[in-house]
Amino acid sequence: MIEMQDVWKTYTDGSHALRGVSVRIEKDEFVYLVGPSGAGKSTFMKLIYREEVPTKGQISVNGFNIGKLKHRKIPFVRRNIGVIFQDFRLLPKMTVYENVAFAMEVIEAPKKVIKRRVPEVLELVGLKHKVNSLPAQLSGGEQQRIAIARAIVNNPSVIVADEPTGNLDPETSWGIMKLLEEINYRGTTIVMATHNKDIVNTIRRRVIAIEHGHIVRDVVRGDYGYDN
Amino acid sequence: MTINTVTRHIREGGKSIFRNGWMSIASISSIVISLFILGVFILLSFNLNTLTKQIDSQVQIRVFLQLNTTKEQMELLQTDIGNMAEVSKVTPISKAEGMKLLQQSLGEDGKELLKGYTEKTNPLPDSMTVDVYNPDTVPMVAKKIQALNDTNSEKPIWQVKYGKGTVEKLFKITEAIRNGGLILVAGLAVTAMFLIANTIKVTIMARQREIGIMKLVGATNSFIRWPFFIEGMLIGLLGSVITLGILFVGYHQLILVSQNGMQFIQLIPLQELWLLLTGLLVVLGVLIGVWGSTLSIRKFLKV
Repeated sequence: MIEMQDVWKTYTDGSHALRGVSVRIEKDEFVYLVGPSGAGKSTFMKLIYREEVPTKGQISVNGFNIGKLKHRKIPFVRRNIGVIFQDFRLLPKMTVYENVAFAMEVIEAPKKVIKRRVPEVLELVGLKHKVNSLPAQLSGGEQQRIAIARAIVNNPSVIVADEPTGNLDPETSWGIMKLLEEINYRGTTIVMATHNKDIVNTIRRRVIAIEHGHIVRDVVRGDYGYDN
Repeated sequence: MTINTVTRHIREGGKSIFRNGWMSIASISSIVISLFILGVFILLSFNLNTLTKQIDSQVQIRVFLQLNTTKEQMELLQTDIGNMAEVSKVTPISKAEGMKLLQQSLGEDGKELLKGYTEKTNPLPDSMTVDVYNPDTVPMVAKKIQALNDTNSEKPIWQVKYGKGTVEKLFKITEAIRNGGLILVAGLAVTAMFLIANTIKVTIMARQREIGIMKLVGATNSFIRWPFFIEGMLIGLLGSVITLGILFVGYHQLILVSQNGMQFIQLIPLQELWLLLTGLLVVLGVLIGVWGSTLSIRKFLKV
């Protein structure tokens, strides 16, 4: 569960990314974050995984007060949040298997568990046959699937996805969406920023629109609402 | 930390030494240079210390008598000096014996040089060597012997000589070398440290992406830090091991050379020094490495 109460974020250059945002996202929800570029979507997500701290207001994720978190506790809160980016952010010198296993190694999971769990998630994203490939040998859609596998491998309760289909062609995008739906169906909260009108209007979910740092719309089975 | 994690950190730290290639070589070389100079100074000052002690124990007083001193006078002096509490031994050396000793110390050339002197024309005075129990008392005993002239109307003593100042000078040289060496080594160590900090910085920069992902998936700060720490440590360790190799081989050669040519200098055998030298250089090398990596981690890792 994610809860924001009157959250403000002002960057050091004086720009207000968020101005008094209050919202509540329940467990199991699938939320689209829409709005023009620079409206505050990215800041909204960065606050969730504690890349940024709010200037004012409170955020709690899974019961942790994110703004007041002690530095050494941050890693443990992040283990409960999977993050997916538009540019995949895979490690180019590691194989598919190593890229996914890396996320488990760095939180010091036992080797046995890693060996069992990595093939499991690779199967879920449909790339079990590519374990030994390098990211450069894969298509964009496949790379994003690996990134998703890495994000979910530690069983987070929340997935934050910043335009996960932004770099992909429409057909591949549908595949990624299917995968995210499946993950959501299994009980993971998903917060996804997107500019993809077709997706939002077809797979109808809760839509939160942000403009100039304010939430201007919050509809349970909403539509994209912009024409682009 | 699990065993897996430990081996992972060591593997990662080791890998980046190879990955950084020339930077690592520069760091290791700078450690080798500073530790090598430190090692040379340590070996030098140890040997000088031993040498000083050897010389110290060999300090004798030589008493030269007037040319016209009689045999009785000489025996009298010998008893007087022998009766002093500080003196352990008095050895009389007649002018003939003196000539023989001189010839010996000059070697082959001496025979030619001293050929002209017969027993009659021998220009050397009779003399005595005086050994004391405690080398510290040498100057005092020398004065006491000189003072024997005052109570003797014949004034048979021409000169009293001892290695005045030699010992003190040696001690001073040792100390100067030690101090100068320490300053030089400290300066070089700081240089080495900065080079290592730079190497680690390169590693950190090259791994920005990796570190970002590590943070994102919830790696702890110490987990992120360890490989860089180990990289610094390994650089220090490698540097000290290379230095020790060079020092040991070089010192061994020096011992061989000194055994053949310069018998008057006795070098301390390696067996007595290697443990101390190894311990000191390895600890210092690792410390410099860790110091350098800490500097970089703090500045560039911002975990």
